[in-house]
Amino acid sequence: MRPHDLSRRELLALATPGLFVFFPLEPLEAFQEPARLPGRQAGPTDFNAWLRIGENGRVTCFAGKVELGQGPTTALAQLLAEELDVAYDAVDMVLGDTDLCPYDMGTFGSMGIRLTGPLIRAAAAEARAVLVQMAAERLAAPAGRLQVKAGVVTDPSSAGKRVTYAELVQGKRIERHIEKVPLKPPAAFTVVGRPAVRKDARDKVTGKGKYAGDFAFPGMLHARILRPPAHGAALQEVDTTAAEKAGARVVRDGGLLAILHERRDLADRALGLVKARFTPPPPGPDDKTIFDHLLKTAPEPRLVGESGSLTEGAKLAHEVVEQTYLNSYVAHAPMETHSATAVIENGKATVWASTQAPFGVKQQVAQALGFTPPNVRIVAPYVGGGFGGKSGGQQAVEAARLAAATGQPVQVVWDRTEEFFFDTFRPAAVVKIRAGLTSAGRIAFWDYQVYGAGDREAHTFYDIPHRRTVSAGNWMGGNPPGMHPFGVGPWRAPSVNTNTFARESQMDILAAKAGVDPLEFRLAHLSDRRMRRVLEAAAKQFGWVPGKPAGKPPSGRGVGVACGIYSGTYVATMAEVVVPSTGRVQVKRVVTAQDQGLTVNPDGSRQQMEGSITMGLGQALGEEVRFRNGEVLDRNFDSYQVPRFSWVPRIETILIDNPDTPATGCGEPPIITVAAVIANAIYDAANIRLLQLPMTPARILEARKRG
Amino acid sequence: MERTIQFTLNGQPARVTVDDGRMLLWVLRQDLGLTGTKFGCGEGLCGACTVMVGKEAVRSCSTPVKDVAGKQVLTIEGLEREGKLHPIQQAFLKHHAFQCGYCTPGMILSAYALLLKTPRPAPAEILRHMDDNLCRCGAHVRIVEAIQEAAGVLKGGV
Repeated sequence: MRPHDLSRRELLALATPGLFVFFPLEPLEAFQEPARLPGRQAGPTDFNAWLRIGENGRVTCFAGKVELGQGPTTALAQLLAEELDVAYDAVDMVLGDTDLCPYDMGTFGSMGIRLTGPLIRAAAAEARAVLVQMAAERLAAPAGRLQVKAGVVTDPSSAGKRVTYAELVQGKRIERHIEKVPLKPPAAFTVVGRPAVRKDARDKVTGKGKYAGDFAFPGMLHARILRPPAHGAALQEVDTTAAEKAGARVVRDGGLLAILHERRDLADRALGLVKARFTPPPPGPDDKTIFDHLLKTAPEPRLVGESGSLTEGAKLAHEVVEQTYLNSYVAHAPMETHSATAVIENGKATVWASTQAPFGVKQQVAQALGFTPPNVRIVAPYVGGGFGGKSGGQQAVEAARLAAATGQPVQVVWDRTEEFFFDTFRPAAVVKIRAGLTSAGRIAFWDYQVYGAGDREAHTFYDIPHRRTVSAGNWMGGNPPGMHPFGVGPWRAPSVNTNTFARESQMDILAAKAGVDPLEFRLAHLSDRRMRRVLEAAAKQFGWVPGKPAGKPPSGRGVGVACGIYSGTYVATMAEVVVPSTGRVQVKRVVTAQDQGLTVNPDGSRQQMEGSITMGLGQALGEEVRFRNGEVLDRNFDSYQVPRFSWVPRIETILIDNPDTPATGCGEPPIITVAAVIANAIYDAANIRLLQLPMTPARILEARKRG
Repeated sequence: MERTIQFTLNGQPARVTVDDGRMLLWVLRQDLGLTGTKFGCGEGLCGACTVMVGKEAVRSCSTPVKDVAGKQVLTIEGLEREGKLHPIQQAFLKHHAFQCGYCTPGMILSAYALLLKTPRPAPAEILRHMDDNLCRCGAHVRIVEAIQEAAGVLKGGV
């Protein structure tokens, strides 16, 4: 049975305008479920799935990744060009199209280079070996003697003997395969590890690049959907007469009540004419009571890691520091709101959607329409930012359902209020840390509890003999009902940004208690050579020197340090801040050193690092979703404070040269240290310790008053 | 009220017959097919929809189309001439002063307005002028560099 059979009858009932009273059989859809994505799946082993060589010599690379701005169009093209030995400029990328590209779980978790990169490299290396073998036959020369440059195979010992890839392939599929072709050693790289002009650059500076809301088709309708004022509010009564008189169509499809018009802005206007009455939402927590609520509703904490014994550690402790760190819900707030354009033709649905997971959305749309998956094609064109917030596809499902209901192409572009309302926020969280210092200034034990955020990187990497880490609740779902009053989901470096803020703040407090320079204190508890190396690199660039007297914090200079690991990438950050009497913290300078293993595109990596640091300023200093009883009070950029030009410090990025370690990803890691490094620098500047994010002027002034 | 409104769009005469209270953004995107100008917030808070009207950068999401009658409107599509990028576009390209690119047309038009009035802006003037154009990817440092470079190339002749 199709899931929306009932709605067809309701649709018919709406053929005449008037007042409709709805029984709360099927509530308006109010909650975006965190994406339920298909599990990890290996990529295809046939290189033809990844690349095609055209008769004109151009090479097309197909990958299920999505261009959110983080640059896979460029970096994956570099990897392909490198292993195949073709010019970077000869590579065309096709991304995020479920009909053309091999399956991909989604573009998140800094996995593009880390996981897809090796698949593309292997495919290109094998294709190159096959092509060289074919060339050897054609040129009657041993394969080992042939050289390849820019897609041309030559025999150096016989002048004029040459054949191009295009001539060898003649636009056909390559049927031959060679197993276990070795990859190029990094020392032989000529494309990877060097800057490249972004392939999306011209499209983006000319405005020609198409996003999901830029597609238009004859007869297309723009849909605005009636939304409840709060999560948990149910529609009781609605009168759409005035909207219909204004020329809009009204469609009720299951839980969707949509106002459709040929012009988006006129659909907006018509939606404003709809009179709707909702039941008040049940009482729930607000942004102040949420932390107690999380502790009360969290499941039983789960052991994440343990070594030694806290009891033994406590015996060694000369002094104990116990602190609670808080962070609020934060929004992804991409500049492009969730958008989708759906066309259904001859039993096949095509949806252009701003999503990080086109293959996951394909399943969702197929299920919603009752189509078989081969009859659904999702295309993620350029996407205007994601940061984890576009891991699902609610808007694509809405557009597809309305296209099915109306028989016309339908576009759904959420407005900013919907974007905030349906966002799967970075979860609010509570972290409790109890740690002891020996009389010699060593950390004796470390007892770590995280509620709400998840356990990634919760267990500390510092050398501490007795430590224990527990976690309750998550950003991934599976929480007790009502624990998080909203959809929560991955937000750039999920759970690691929360855990790093808490850990690195606590380390700073312990350093101050021990009377030791915070960098020295960290190094004294670190045997991990990669972590030591990023800290030392950042310190060198920053010009870090212990404060006076004898390095005892706070120094009054306003400098801080923080470090962390995200998915195998090592990050160390130093910052300098000014804390004026207004409490509006100005970050003057940030230095971040990152060891991400092999760097494919140094300039692209620096872009990602700068962006990640800048985004981090927001959650550190301004971003906080205010809410009450299911109502999201921040609805636009007037109250929700994202970083602006005037916030941005001088940013210096250091990439550690480590090409023999596989690439570990780069877009998320730098953000993890930003809140802590600022909190630590604020402490160093003003001798106040901020334990709650964001560190707004009000909280700074309050901390000053407390002294 | 439905009426015919004439203006100059990217150097060419334009004429639309529409409800004159509709916002310029939607008329550009839907009635005139110019989708380079983006919808971001709908309330003039983010700058993604910035276009030039005369010598001013305006938020097209909050500018009724009747307000541009008889005026010169410049959008991102009008900057490139005969396949040659405008120096501001060229500088954004060279510095990779964008990531997702969604705010980029608005950034470029805001920069255009700045350089029209202040040919050699000091860094603080750039920050002040651009402060209400939001970029979520964090391309800010590169956008400032690109504007400085474009100022050097243009030497006052936007």
